[in-house]
Amino acid sequence: MDLSRRNFFSIIAGSGTLLAGNSKNAHAWESKAPENPYGCLVDLTRCVGCRKCEEACNQANHLPPPDKPFDDKTVFDVKRRPDDSKYTVVNKFHSGKKNDQDELIPTFVKIQCMHCQDPSCVSACIVGALTKKENGAVHYDVSKCIGCRYCMVACPFEIPAYEYNNPITPQVKKCTFCFEKISESKVPACASVCPMEAITFGTRKQLIKTAQKRIHDDPGKYVHKIYGEKELGGTSWMYISDVPFEKIGFQKLPDSPPPKLTETIQHSLFSFLWSPILLYSILGGIMWLKNKDTKGGTDES
Amino acid sequence: MSHKPYPLNKPFFTPGVYVMLIFMAAGGITILARFIGGIGYVSNLNHLYPWGLWIGIDVASGVALAAGGFTTAALAHILGRHQFESVIRPALLTAALGYTFVVLGLLVDIGRTWAIWKPMFYWNPNSVLFEVAMCVMIYLNVLYIEFIPIITERFKDKFSILDVLEKNLDKIMWIFVIAGVVLSCMHQSSLGSLMLIAPTKVHPLWYTPILPLLFLLSAIAVGYPMVIFETTVITSSMNLDSEMDTLKPLSKISIYLLGLYMIIKIGDMLVRGTYVYLFDFNAQTNAFLCEILLGVVIPWVMLCFEKVRGSRKALFFVSCLVIFGVLINRINVFIVGYKPFNSTISYFPSIGEILVTSGLIATLMFIYRIAVTWLPVLSAKEKEGGV
Repeated sequence: MDLSRRNFFSIIAGSGTLLAGNSKNAHAWESKAPENPYGCLVDLTRCVGCRKCEEACNQANHLPPPDKPFDDKTVFDVKRRPDDSKYTVVNKFHSGKKNDQDELIPTFVKIQCMHCQDPSCVSACIVGALTKKENGAVHYDVSKCIGCRYCMVACPFEIPAYEYNNPITPQVKKCTFCFEKISESKVPACASVCPMEAITFGTRKQLIKTAQKRIHDDPGKYVHKIYGEKELGGTSWMYISDVPFEKIGFQKLPDSPPPKLTETIQHSLFSFLWSPILLYSILGGIMWLKNKDTKGGTDES
Repeated sequence: MSHKPYPLNKPFFTPGVYVMLIFMAAGGITILARFIGGIGYVSNLNHLYPWGLWIGIDVASGVALAAGGFTTAALAHILGRHQFESVIRPALLTAALGYTFVVLGLLVDIGRTWAIWKPMFYWNPNSVLFEVAMCVMIYLNVLYIEFIPIITERFKDKFSILDVLEKNLDKIMWIFVIAGVVLSCMHQSSLGSLMLIAPTKVHPLWYTPILPLLFLLSAIAVGYPMVIFETTVITSSMNLDSEMDTLKPLSKISIYLLGLYMIIKIGDMLVRGTYVYLFDFNAQTNAFLCEILLGVVIPWVMLCFEKVRGSRKALFFVSCLVIFGVLINRINVFIVGYKPFNSTISYFPSIGEILVTSGLIATLMFIYRIAVTWLPVLSAKEKEGGV
């Protein structure tokens, strides 16, 4: 498949540079991921597509009322993406799986910010308006933002949205992981309201254990993978499923976090500004030598 | 060859200038609409395609095509090839104007225009964009400082203080000349690092860890063709001497600079094995072929012929190809090669985006025209007898 080919080349490309960088000096990149942040485990086998999480999110974040009411099932006719008016959406997929009566079984997939362990958006943000908090949330501080939208370019899950119709004070909009709530160890709005307990809130390490246990206890039901455990260095939100992830809109991603490559390049080139200073000295030396040769011919123009 | 830049002092309002004014007005109205209705009102940018024409052309291509400023300064001032001094001032003017318009383009593109100063106080050294912004900001100031002698020379007869300023500045100008070259090398390459944060979105034909090196080499390679292009356009439209005795040796250096870029670019493709994509024959791979054949290989082969370098028309054509190649490369990296996983429809710039970009380019040409008319920028002699 095209995508895996792409990723393959990206990984090869990335590791090549890292090798070159490492052998040269000691700017080995280190993950800045919090040790054991909060996270959520979404069990797709439990989700029934009731959209209660969307409604709770809408209220908790004081978002504008939706075009169609939250109990309207026709929204599943198209695949939706989170945007500046909705931080989470549930989409319906038919993976081809059938029940005993030979009817297609739908799979519902909730999408929101994954709150990566080593987020690309945080590394990219020109002013550091986005930060990864110890409690797991990728937090947006609008007071620093200039609206360059580099976070949107960087995000591998294509989550941050922008208020394109606000001419003067637009903001980047995305799931906040109910930052205030989880700061007090309370459950995020979507997780607290889910009637099927499809969303489990907890510490990341505990959630991985929970996921492993569910897969272990019912190995015939689940796909043997926790999406988000290793992807891009890991995410705070993780998924388990009974259908292969590629069939329900999940992108196959490498394990290496994208900031690893860019930060390695930036820091090995520009730490203590060694390369600009060196280049400046060399050019200065050349200029002095050349102008010594041609005395008097150096009039500035 | 001695050179002495002088103001042209020719009639300013020509039909070309009126065309520029029309584009400027259209661009101005669109910018007004952007600040009333928002970016979404005039552009096709969306949540999946946050960067479009404004970043691809106004910023990335603008910076690349302004590379003539630091490449000519490096050649004439640092390497001491004083025979090329006559092209320094026009190249410097282009660079100063080019970077000014990069900033103006950014002011339209960023959502919170009034917050543009914030990166000076809120630093994120992990961010490639932060480094680019700092370098561009400092370099723009360096360019303005390098431009001061042109203004003092024009007005020092009237204001004696300018004469003092010019003499003192002249003694320390080398600091700024070298700084300009260093800053250029830094941000020209870092512009290439920008997209490395998005490995899943940029097509592997362009996504390579040496993208920063390719951006730097292509910027250096396009510097002299850009000077040749401008000089030819301005000398023919103003009916001046063609300056071929400067341009011809300049084009000879381009063989090596463009050749180096070509070797690294094709070598990178071979090493990573991404040539397998060339047989996909979709929009992206065609754009890549177009970029590398029309914009790099063909002009390089042509440049190798003495005949081409000696002919004003052929040299102009080759320069256009090289400029086209770098322009299309930046568009490819930032727009054509950028395809998010969840995108269902591709991005194509709106009329509004095109009007803003064309308006900014027209304004740039307009000011260039003003500057060469009234400031001592060009050195080409008036053609005898005229046409």
